[in-house]
Amino acid sequence: MYSAADLRKGLKIAIDNEPYIITAFDFAKPGKGQALYRTKLKNMITGSTLDRTYRSGETFEPANLEDRKMQYLYKEDDHYCFMDNDTFEQIHINEAAMGDAKNYLIDNLAVDVLIFRDKAIGVDVPNFVNLRVTQTDPWVKGDTSGSDSKPATLETGYVLRVPPFIEEGELITIDTRTGEYSTRVKG
Amino acid sequence: MPGNWPLSKRRRALTERGAIFNKIRAFFQEKGYLEVETPFRIPAPAPETHIDAIASAGWFLQTSPELCMKRMLAAGYRRIFQICRCWREGERGVRHLSEFTMLEWYRAGADYFDLMDETEALVKAAAVVPRIRYRGLDIELDLPWERITVAEAFRLYGGSTVSEALAAGTFDEIMVERIEPRLGLTRPTFIYDYPPCCAALARLKKGDATVAERFELYIGGLEIANAFSELIDPEEQRTRFEAAAAERASYGKDAYPVPEKFLAALAEMPEAAGIALGLDRLVMVLLDAECIDDVVAFTTEEL
Repeated sequence: MYSAADLRKGLKIAIDNEPYIITAFDFAKPGKGQALYRTKLKNMITGSTLDRTYRSGETFEPANLEDRKMQYLYKEDDHYCFMDNDTFEQIHINEAAMGDAKNYLIDNLAVDVLIFRDKAIGVDVPNFVNLRVTQTDPWVKGDTSGSDSKPATLETGYVLRVPPFIEEGELITIDTRTGEYSTRVKG
Repeated sequence: MPGNWPLSKRRRALTERGAIFNKIRAFFQEKGYLEVETPFRIPAPAPETHIDAIASAGWFLQTSPELCMKRMLAAGYRRIFQICRCWREGERGVRHLSEFTMLEWYRAGADYFDLMDETEALVKAAAVVPRIRYRGLDIELDLPWERITVAEAFRLYGGSTVSEALAAGTFDEIMVERIEPRLGLTRPTFIYDYPPCCAALARLKKGDATVAERFELYIGGLEIANAFSELIDPEEQRTRFEAAAAERASYGKDAYPVPEKFLAALAEMPEAAGIALGLDRLVMVLLDAECIDDVVAFTTEEL
Protein backbone atom coordinates (compact mmCIF):
# COMPACT_ATOMS: atom_id res chain seq x y z
CA MET A 1 0.00 0.00 0.00
CA TYR A 2 1.35 3.43 -0.93
CA SER A 3 0.31 6.82 0.42
CA ALA A 4 0.12 10.00 -1.62
CA ALA A 5 3.52 11.01 -0.22
CA ASP A 6 5.06 7.91 -1.86
CA LEU A 7 4.00 8.96 -5.36
CA ARG A 8 6.93 9.73 -7.67
CA LYS A 9 7.94 9.32 -11.28
CA GLY A 10 8.42 5.66 -12.14
CA LEU A 11 6.18 4.26 -9.38
CA LYS A 12 3.76 1.57 -10.56
CA ILE A 13 0.28 1.47 -9.08
CA ALA A 14 -2.95 -0.41 -9.75
CA ILE A 15 -6.03 1.46 -10.97
CA ASP A 16 -9.14 -0.67 -11.60
CA ASN A 17 -6.85 -3.71 -11.29
CA GLU A 18 -4.67 -2.61 -14.19
CA PRO A 19 -1.01 -1.60 -13.88
CA TYR A 20 -0.12 2.05 -14.42
CA ILE A 21 3.27 3.75 -14.29
CA ILE A 22 3.68 7.38 -13.22
CA THR A 23 5.41 9.14 -16.13
CA ALA A 24 5.33 12.66 -14.69
CA PHE A 25 4.87 13.87 -11.13
CA ASP A 26 4.43 17.27 -9.50
CA PHE A 27 3.91 18.22 -5.86
CA ALA A 28 1.74 21.34 -5.58
CA LYS A 29 0.50 23.28 -2.59
CA PRO A 30 -1.28 26.56 -3.26
CA GLY A 31 -0.65 29.10 -0.50
CA LYS A 32 -2.18 27.88 2.78
CA GLY A 33 -4.04 25.20 0.79
CA GLN A 34 -3.80 21.45 0.86
CA ALA A 35 -1.09 19.34 -0.74
CA LEU A 36 -1.97 18.09 -4.22
CA TYR A 37 -0.07 15.32 -5.96
CA ARG A 38 -0.40 15.75 -9.72
CA THR A 39 0.44 12.77 -11.89
CA LYS A 40 0.49 11.65 -15.48
CA LEU A 41 -0.13 7.92 -15.64
CA LYS A 42 0.40 5.44 -18.43
CA ASN A 43 -1.53 2.22 -18.64
CA MET A 44 1.22 -0.39 -18.99
CA ILE A 45 -0.99 -2.69 -21.07
CA THR A 46 -2.72 -0.35 -23.48
CA GLY A 47 -0.28 2.57 -23.41
CA SER A 48 -3.14 5.01 -22.91
CA THR A 49 -2.43 7.95 -20.60
CA LEU A 50 -4.41 9.94 -18.07
CA ASP A 51 -3.92 12.91 -15.74
CA ARG A 52 -4.90 12.44 -12.11
CA THR A 53 -4.58 14.74 -9.10
CA TYR A 54 -4.49 13.11 -5.67
CA ARG A 55 -4.68 14.49 -2.11
CA SER A 56 -3.01 13.62 1.18
CA GLY A 57 -4.66 10.65 2.80
CA GLU A 58 -5.37 8.77 -0.42
CA THR A 59 -3.86 5.31 -0.68
CA PHE A 60 -2.78 3.19 -3.62
CA GLU A 61 -2.28 -0.50 -4.29
CA PRO A 62 0.98 -1.46 -5.96
CA ALA A 63 0.60 -2.72 -9.52
CA ASN A 64 0.23 -6.47 -9.35
CA LEU A 65 3.28 -7.38 -11.41
CA GLU A 66 5.60 -10.34 -11.34
CA ASP A 67 9.22 -9.62 -12.17
CA ARG A 68 11.63 -12.03 -13.82
CA LYS A 69 15.41 -11.62 -13.87
CA MET A 70 16.49 -11.58 -17.49
CA GLN A 71 19.36 -10.40 -19.63
CA TYR A 72 19.19 -7.95 -22.52
CA LEU A 73 20.27 -9.54 -25.80
CA TYR A 74 19.56 -7.27 -28.77
CA LYS A 75 17.13 -5.01 -30.54
CA GLU A 76 15.40 -6.07 -33.75
CA ASP A 77 13.15 -3.63 -35.63
CA ASP A 78 10.90 -2.19 -32.91
CA HIS A 79 11.32 -5.08 -30.49
CA TYR A 80 13.79 -5.66 -27.69
CA CYS A 81 14.85 -9.22 -26.94
CA PHE A 82 15.60 -10.57 -23.44
CA MET A 83 16.65 -14.02 -22.19
CA ASP A 84 16.04 -15.91 -18.98
CA ASN A 85 19.50 -17.13 -17.92
CA ASP A 86 18.15 -20.24 -16.22
CA THR A 87 15.67 -21.51 -18.80
CA PHE A 88 17.16 -19.78 -21.90
CA GLU A 89 13.64 -18.71 -22.78
CA GLN A 90 13.59 -15.56 -24.87
CA ILE A 91 10.91 -12.91 -24.92
CA HIS A 92 10.33 -9.77 -27.00
CA ILE A 93 9.04 -6.44 -25.78
CA ASN A 94 7.69 -3.71 -27.99
CA GLU A 95 9.65 -0.44 -28.04
CA ALA A 96 6.59 1.56 -26.96
CA ALA A 97 6.41 -0.46 -23.72
CA MET A 98 10.09 0.11 -22.87
CA GLY A 99 9.73 3.71 -21.68
CA ASP A 100 12.97 5.32 -20.52
CA ALA A 101 14.57 1.90 -19.93
CA LYS A 102 15.65 1.77 -23.57
CA ASN A 103 18.12 4.62 -22.85
CA TYR A 104 20.19 2.30 -20.66
CA LEU A 105 20.21 -1.02 -22.49
CA ILE A 106 23.66 -2.34 -23.27
CA ASP A 107 24.45 -5.94 -24.19
CA ASN A 108 24.02 -8.42 -21.33
CA LEU A 109 22.52 -5.87 -18.91
CA ALA A 110 20.60 -7.66 -16.16
CA VAL A 111 17.03 -6.35 -15.92
CA ASP A 112 13.71 -7.20 -14.31
CA VAL A 113 11.12 -8.01 -16.96
CA LEU A 114 7.66 -7.13 -15.67
CA ILE A 115 4.93 -9.69 -16.23
CA PHE A 116 1.20 -9.04 -15.96
CA ARG A 117 -1.19 -11.96 -16.57
CA ASP A 118 1.58 -13.97 -18.29
CA LYS A 119 2.46 -11.12 -20.65
CA ALA A 120 5.70 -9.09 -20.57
CA ILE A 121 4.68 -5.44 -20.41
CA GLY A 122 7.81 -3.57 -19.38
CA VAL A 123 11.31 -3.58 -17.96
CA ASP A 124 12.95 -2.29 -14.78
CA VAL A 125 16.63 -1.45 -15.14
CA PRO A 126 19.04 -1.14 -12.18
CA ASN A 127 18.99 2.23 -10.38
CA PHE A 128 22.56 2.88 -11.55
CA VAL A 129 24.11 1.82 -14.85
CA ASN A 130 27.56 2.54 -16.31
CA LEU A 131 27.61 3.75 -19.91
CA ARG A 132 30.37 5.00 -22.18
CA VAL A 133 30.39 8.51 -23.65
CA THR A 134 30.62 8.27 -27.45
CA GLN A 135 30.46 11.97 -28.26
CA THR A 136 30.98 15.18 -26.33
CA ASP A 137 32.80 18.42 -27.09
CA PRO A 138 36.15 18.95 -25.36
CA TRP A 139 36.32 21.01 -22.19
CA VAL A 140 37.58 24.54 -22.73
CA LYS A 141 40.72 24.68 -20.62
CA GLY A 142 40.80 27.47 -18.11
CA ASP A 143 37.10 27.33 -17.37
CA THR A 144 37.31 26.58 -13.68
CA SER A 145 33.87 27.84 -12.77
CA GLY A 146 32.75 24.26 -12.34
CA SER A 147 29.19 25.44 -12.73
CA ASP A 148 28.45 24.61 -16.35
CA SER A 149 27.42 21.41 -18.02
CA LYS A 150 27.52 20.22 -21.61
CA PRO A 151 25.63 17.65 -23.68
CA ALA A 152 27.04 14.16 -24.18
CA THR A 153 25.85 11.22 -26.26
CA LEU A 154 26.14 7.76 -24.73
CA GLU A 155 26.67 4.41 -26.42
CA THR A 156 22.93 3.75 -26.33
CA GLY A 157 22.20 6.99 -28.19
CA TYR A 158 20.89 8.66 -25.03
CA VAL A 159 21.83 12.34 -24.74
CA LEU A 160 22.20 14.02 -21.32
CA ARG A 161 24.05 16.88 -19.54
CA VAL A 162 27.42 16.04 -18.01
CA PRO A 163 30.11 18.05 -16.19
CA PRO A 164 32.51 19.87 -18.52
CA PHE A 165 35.47 17.68 -17.50
CA ILE A 166 33.95 14.49 -18.95
CA GLU A 167 35.73 13.35 -22.11
CA GLU A 168 34.82 11.11 -25.02
CA GLY A 169 35.40 7.43 -24.30
CA GLU A 170 34.93 7.82 -20.53
CA LEU A 171 32.62 5.56 -18.56
CA ILE A 172 30.03 7.36 -16.44
CA THR A 173 27.31 6.26 -14.01
CA ILE A 174 23.73 7.30 -14.72
CA ASP A 175 20.94 7.37 -12.15
CA THR A 176 18.19 5.72 -14.17
CA ARG A 177 15.45 7.02 -11.84
CA THR A 178 16.19 10.59 -12.88
CA GLY A 179 18.04 10.00 -16.14
CA GLU A 180 20.85 12.23 -14.88
CA TYR A 181 24.62 11.96 -14.64
CA SER A 182 25.76 10.62 -11.29
CA THR A 183 29.54 10.11 -11.24
CA ARG A 184 32.55 9.36 -13.39
CA VAL A 185 33.77 5.75 -13.21
CA LYS A 186 37.44 5.88 -12.22
CA GLY A 187 40.06 3.87 -14.08
CA MET B 1 38.09 18.35 -10.42
CA PRO B 2 35.72 18.28 -7.47
CA GLY B 3 33.99 14.93 -7.21
CA ASN B 4 30.74 16.32 -5.82
CA TRP B 5 29.40 17.72 -9.07
CA PRO B 6 25.84 18.42 -7.87
CA LEU B 7 27.36 20.78 -5.30
CA SER B 8 30.22 22.25 -7.32
CA LYS B 9 28.01 22.97 -10.35
CA ARG B 10 25.87 25.25 -8.15
CA ARG B 11 28.71 27.64 -7.41
CA ARG B 12 27.42 30.27 -9.82
CA ALA B 13 23.85 30.02 -8.46
CA LEU B 14 25.02 30.18 -4.83
CA THR B 15 27.23 33.18 -5.58
CA GLU B 16 24.28 35.03 -7.10
CA ARG B 17 22.05 33.90 -4.24
CA GLY B 18 24.48 35.48 -1.78
CA ALA B 19 24.47 38.73 -3.77
CA ILE B 20 20.65 38.79 -3.78
CA PHE B 21 20.59 38.31 0.00
CA ASN B 22 22.98 41.25 0.40
CA LYS B 23 20.71 43.47 -1.72
CA ILE B 24 17.67 42.44 0.32
CA ARG B 25 19.42 43.30 3.60
CA ALA B 26 20.55 46.65 2.17
CA PHE B 27 16.96 47.37 1.04
CA PHE B 28 15.55 46.86 4.52
CA GLN B 29 18.35 48.71 6.30
CA GLU B 30 17.73 51.71 4.07
CA LYS B 31 14.04 51.64 4.97
CA GLY B 32 14.72 51.61 8.67
CA TYR B 33 13.95 47.94 9.35
CA LEU B 34 15.67 46.07 12.14
CA GLU B 35 16.95 42.60 11.28
CA VAL B 36 15.82 40.24 14.04
CA GLU B 37 16.30 36.59 14.98
CA THR B 38 13.70 34.51 16.78
CA PRO B 39 14.01 30.88 17.90
CA PHE B 40 13.61 28.13 15.30
CA ARG B 41 12.35 25.66 17.89
CA ILE B 42 9.05 26.75 19.43
CA PRO B 43 6.45 25.20 21.78
CA ALA B 44 3.35 25.99 19.69
CA PRO B 45 3.13 26.77 15.98
CA ALA B 46 0.04 28.56 14.60
CA PRO B 47 -2.59 25.87 14.03
CA GLU B 48 -3.09 25.93 10.26
CA THR B 49 -5.13 23.23 8.61
CA HIS B 50 -2.69 22.27 5.87
CA ILE B 51 0.70 23.19 7.31
CA ASP B 52 2.37 20.48 9.38
CA ALA B 53 5.23 21.22 11.77
CA ILE B 54 8.07 18.79 12.45
CA ALA B 55 8.31 17.76 16.10
CA SER B 56 11.59 18.47 17.87
CA ALA B 57 12.23 17.14 21.38
CA GLY B 58 8.70 17.85 22.59
CA TRP B 59 8.42 21.21 20.80
CA PHE B 60 8.31 22.00 17.07
CA LEU B 61 10.53 23.44 14.37
CA GLN B 62 8.90 26.66 13.20
CA THR B 63 6.83 26.62 10.02
CA SER B 64 7.16 30.42 9.98
CA PRO B 65 8.57 33.00 12.45
CA GLU B 66 5.19 34.74 12.40
CA LEU B 67 4.08 34.38 16.03
CA CYS B 68 7.36 35.50 17.59
CA MET B 69 7.69 38.42 15.18
CA LYS B 70 4.18 39.61 15.99
CA ARG B 71 5.03 39.45 19.69
CA MET B 72 7.88 41.82 18.87
CA LEU B 73 5.43 44.17 17.11
CA ALA B 74 3.24 44.08 20.21
CA ALA B 75 6.29 45.00 22.31
CA GLY B 76 6.89 48.14 20.24
CA TYR B 77 9.25 47.05 17.45
CA ARG B 78 7.60 48.77 14.48
CA ARG B 79 9.65 47.63 11.45
CA ILE B 80 11.33 44.23 11.60
CA PHE B 81 12.57 41.67 9.10
CA GLN B 82 14.04 38.21 9.39
CA ILE B 83 15.73 35.75 7.04
CA CYS B 84 15.49 32.28 8.54
CA ARG B 85 14.96 28.59 8.00
CA CYS B 86 11.47 27.11 8.24
CA TRP B 87 10.35 23.50 8.16
CA ARG B 88 7.16 21.96 6.80
CA GLU B 89 6.56 18.25 7.02
CA GLY B 90 6.07 16.36 3.77
CA GLU B 91 6.54 19.30 1.39
CA ARG B 92 8.94 18.23 -1.34
CA GLY B 93 8.91 18.75 -5.09
CA VAL B 94 10.57 20.84 -7.78
CA ARG B 95 9.27 24.00 -6.02
CA HIS B 96 9.33 22.72 -2.42
CA LEU B 97 11.93 21.80 0.16
CA SER B 98 10.85 20.57 3.57
CA GLU B 99 13.52 22.89 5.02
CA PHE B 100 13.58 26.20 3.18
CA THR B 101 14.54 29.84 3.62
CA MET B 102 11.90 32.40 4.45
CA LEU B 103 12.03 36.18 4.42
CA GLU B 104 9.39 37.72 6.67
CA TRP B 105 8.85 41.36 7.40
CA TYR B 106 6.31 43.24 9.49
CA ARG B 107 5.43 46.92 9.50
CA ALA B 108 3.28 48.66 12.09
CA GLY B 109 0.75 51.13 10.69
CA ALA B 110 0.70 49.50 7.24
CA ASP B 111 -1.96 47.47 5.43
CA TYR B 112 -1.70 44.87 2.70
CA PHE B 113 -1.77 47.41 -0.13
CA ASP B 114 1.23 49.18 1.42
CA LEU B 115 3.03 45.84 1.44
CA MET B 116 2.23 45.25 -2.25
CA ASP B 117 4.10 48.49 -3.02
CA GLU B 118 6.98 47.54 -0.76
CA THR B 119 7.23 43.99 -2.16
CA GLU B 120 7.37 45.42 -5.68
CA ALA B 121 10.22 47.74 -4.67
CA LEU B 122 12.06 44.89 -2.93
CA VAL B 123 11.90 42.50 -5.90
CA LYS B 124 13.07 45.26 -8.25
CA ALA B 125 15.98 46.03 -5.92
CA ALA B 126 16.92 42.34 -5.77
CA ALA B 127 16.63 41.84 -9.53
CA VAL B 128 18.55 44.98 -10.54
CA VAL B 129 17.53 44.49 -14.21
CA PRO B 130 14.13 45.73 -15.49
CA ARG B 131 13.22 42.45 -17.17
CA ILE B 132 13.76 38.87 -16.07
CA ARG B 133 13.68 35.74 -18.19
CA TYR B 134 12.16 32.76 -16.44
CA ARG B 135 11.17 29.46 -18.06
CA GLY B 136 10.98 31.05 -21.51
CA LEU B 137 8.89 34.00 -20.30
CA ASP B 138 10.01 37.62 -20.52
CA ILE B 139 8.67 39.23 -17.36
CA GLU B 140 8.72 43.02 -17.22
CA LEU B 141 9.34 44.37 -13.74
CA ASP B 142 9.01 48.03 -14.79
CA LEU B 143 5.42 47.75 -16.05
CA PRO B 144 2.74 48.35 -13.40
CA TRP B 145 2.32 44.99 -11.64
CA GLU B 146 -1.00 43.28 -12.17
CA ARG B 147 -3.45 43.31 -9.24
CA ILE B 148 -6.52 41.07 -9.45
CA THR B 149 -8.85 39.78 -6.80
CA VAL B 150 -9.35 36.07 -6.17
CA ALA B 151 -12.95 36.50 -7.37
CA GLU B 152 -11.78 38.04 -10.67
CA ALA B 153 -9.20 35.30 -11.18
CA PHE B 154 -11.84 32.59 -10.68
CA ARG B 155 -14.14 34.35 -13.13
CA LEU B 156 -11.40 34.87 -15.74
CA TYR B 157 -9.59 31.53 -15.52
CA GLY B 158 -11.33 29.25 -13.03
CA GLY B 159 -14.53 28.30 -14.85
CA SER B 160 -16.34 28.60 -11.52
CA THR B 161 -17.08 31.17 -8.83
CA VAL B 162 -15.19 31.15 -5.54
CA SER B 163 -18.28 30.14 -3.57
CA GLU B 164 -19.06 27.28 -5.97
CA ALA B 165 -15.46 26.06 -5.69
CA LEU B 166 -15.50 26.25 -1.88
CA ALA B 167 -18.82 24.40 -1.72
CA ALA B 168 -17.51 21.68 -4.04
CA GLY B 169 -14.18 21.42 -2.20
CA THR B 170 -12.27 22.22 -5.40
CA PHE B 171 -10.82 25.65 -4.49
CA ASP B 172 -7.24 24.34 -4.25
CA GLU B 173 -7.45 22.22 -7.42
CA ILE B 174 -8.75 25.17 -9.45
CA MET B 175 -6.02 27.42 -8.06
CA VAL B 176 -3.30 24.93 -8.94
CA GLU B 177 -4.56 23.68 -12.28
CA ARG B 178 -6.25 26.70 -13.85
CA ILE B 179 -5.32 29.92 -12.09
CA GLU B 180 -1.71 29.74 -10.89
CA PRO B 181 -0.38 28.87 -14.40
CA ARG B 182 -1.90 32.15 -15.67
CA LEU B 183 -0.46 34.48 -13.04
CA GLY B 184 2.60 36.67 -13.47
CA LEU B 185 3.43 35.64 -17.03
CA THR B 186 4.28 39.03 -18.57
CA ARG B 187 4.65 41.02 -15.33
CA PRO B 188 4.30 39.96 -11.69
CA THR B 189 0.76 39.49 -10.36
CA PHE B 190 -0.71 40.25 -6.94
CA ILE B 191 -3.85 38.19 -6.35
CA TYR B 192 -5.77 39.47 -3.32
CA ASP B 193 -8.91 39.38 -1.18
CA TYR B 194 -9.11 35.70 -0.25
CA PRO B 195 -12.13 33.98 1.28
CA PRO B 196 -11.86 34.28 5.09
CA CYS B 197 -11.55 30.50 5.45
CA CYS B 198 -8.21 30.72 3.56
CA ALA B 199 -6.74 33.43 5.81
CA ALA B 200 -6.73 32.37 9.46
CA LEU B 201 -4.41 35.19 10.60
CA ALA B 202 -5.68 38.02 8.36
CA ARG B 203 -8.24 40.65 9.25
CA LEU B 204 -11.51 40.82 7.32
CA LYS B 205 -11.66 43.52 4.67
CA LYS B 206 -12.85 46.87 5.90
CA GLY B 207 -16.25 47.42 4.27
CA ASP B 208 -16.57 43.87 2.89
CA ALA B 209 -16.47 41.07 5.47
CA THR B 210 -16.89 38.40 2.77
CA VAL B 211 -13.15 38.51 2.07
CA ALA B 212 -9.96 38.81 4.10
CA GLU B 213 -7.12 41.26 3.50
CA ARG B 214 -4.62 38.75 2.17
CA PHE B 215 -2.55 38.71 -1.02
CA GLU B 216 -0.16 36.41 -2.79
CA LEU B 217 2.56 37.36 -5.26
CA TYR B 218 3.10 35.22 -8.37
CA ILE B 219 5.93 35.54 -10.87
CA GLY B 220 5.96 33.26 -13.91
CA GLY B 221 3.21 31.09 -12.39
CA LEU B 222 5.32 30.53 -9.27
CA GLU B 223 3.95 31.51 -5.86
CA ILE B 224 6.54 33.79 -4.23
CA ALA B 225 4.96 35.48 -1.20
CA ASN B 226 1.91 35.59 1.06
CA ALA B 227 0.82 38.66 3.05
CA PHE B 228 -1.92 39.90 5.36
CA SER B 229 -3.25 42.96 7.03
CA GLU B 230 -2.80 41.30 10.40
CA LEU B 231 -5.70 40.25 12.58
CA ILE B 232 -5.14 41.92 15.98
CA ASP B 233 -8.31 40.89 17.81
CA PRO B 234 -7.29 38.20 20.37
CA GLU B 235 -10.78 36.75 20.78
CA GLU B 236 -11.38 36.51 17.03
CA GLN B 237 -7.92 34.97 16.62
CA ARG B 238 -8.64 32.38 19.32
CA THR B 239 -11.90 31.44 17.60
CA ARG B 240 -10.11 31.02 14.27
CA PHE B 241 -7.37 28.91 15.88
CA GLU B 242 -10.06 26.68 17.40
CA ALA B 243 -11.70 26.30 13.98
CA ALA B 244 -8.34 25.42 12.40
CA ALA B 245 -7.61 22.95 15.20
CA ALA B 246 -10.99 21.28 14.66
CA GLU B 247 -10.30 21.07 10.95
CA ARG B 248 -6.87 19.54 11.62
CA ALA B 249 -8.54 16.96 13.85
CA SER B 250 -11.04 16.14 11.09
CA TYR B 251 -8.09 15.32 8.81
CA GLY B 252 -6.60 13.13 11.54
CA LYS B 253 -3.69 15.53 12.07
CA ASP B 254 -1.87 16.15 15.36
CA ALA B 255 -3.12 18.92 17.62
CA TYR B 256 -0.74 21.70 18.68
CA PRO B 257 -0.76 23.48 22.03
CA VAL B 258 -2.59 26.83 21.90
CA PRO B 259 -0.01 29.66 21.55
CA GLU B 260 -1.27 31.52 24.62
CA LYS B 261 1.58 34.04 24.92
CA PHE B 262 0.98 35.07 21.30
CA LEU B 263 -2.77 35.47 21.88
CA ALA B 264 -2.12 37.54 25.01
CA ALA B 265 0.30 39.78 23.10
CA LEU B 266 -2.18 40.41 20.28
CA ALA B 267 -4.16 42.71 22.57
CA GLU B 268 -1.20 45.10 22.50
CA MET B 269 -0.29 44.70 18.85
CA PRO B 270 -0.70 47.82 16.67
CA GLU B 271 -2.40 47.69 13.28
CA ALA B 272 0.20 46.13 11.01
CA ALA B 273 0.82 44.16 7.86
CA GLY B 274 3.20 41.27 7.44
CA ILE B 275 4.51 39.13 4.64
CA ALA B 276 6.31 35.82 4.18
CA LEU B 277 8.40 35.48 1.02
CA GLY B 278 10.02 32.22 -0.09
CA LEU B 279 13.58 33.30 -0.78
CA ASP B 280 14.58 30.09 -2.56
CA ARG B 281 11.65 30.66 -4.93
CA LEU B 282 12.62 34.30 -5.54
CA VAL B 283 16.18 33.17 -6.35
CA MET B 284 14.75 30.52 -8.73
CA VAL B 285 12.89 33.20 -10.65
CA LEU B 286 15.79 35.64 -10.76
CA LEU B 287 18.23 32.92 -11.88
CA ASP B 288 15.80 31.11 -14.20
CA ALA B 289 16.25 27.87 -12.23
CA GLU B 290 13.99 24.94 -13.13
CA CYS B 291 14.20 23.26 -9.73
CA ILE B 292 14.56 24.56 -6.17
CA ASP B 293 17.45 22.11 -5.71
CA ASP B 294 19.47 24.24 -8.15
CA VAL B 295 19.59 27.25 -5.80
CA VAL B 296 20.52 25.65 -2.45
CA ALA B 297 23.79 24.09 -1.32
CA PHE B 298 22.23 20.90 0.03
CA THR B 299 18.86 19.24 -0.29
CA THR B 300 17.70 16.88 2.45
CA GLU B 301 18.39 13.91 0.19
CA GLU B 302 22.02 15.00 -0.26
CA LEU B 303 22.84 15.00 3.45
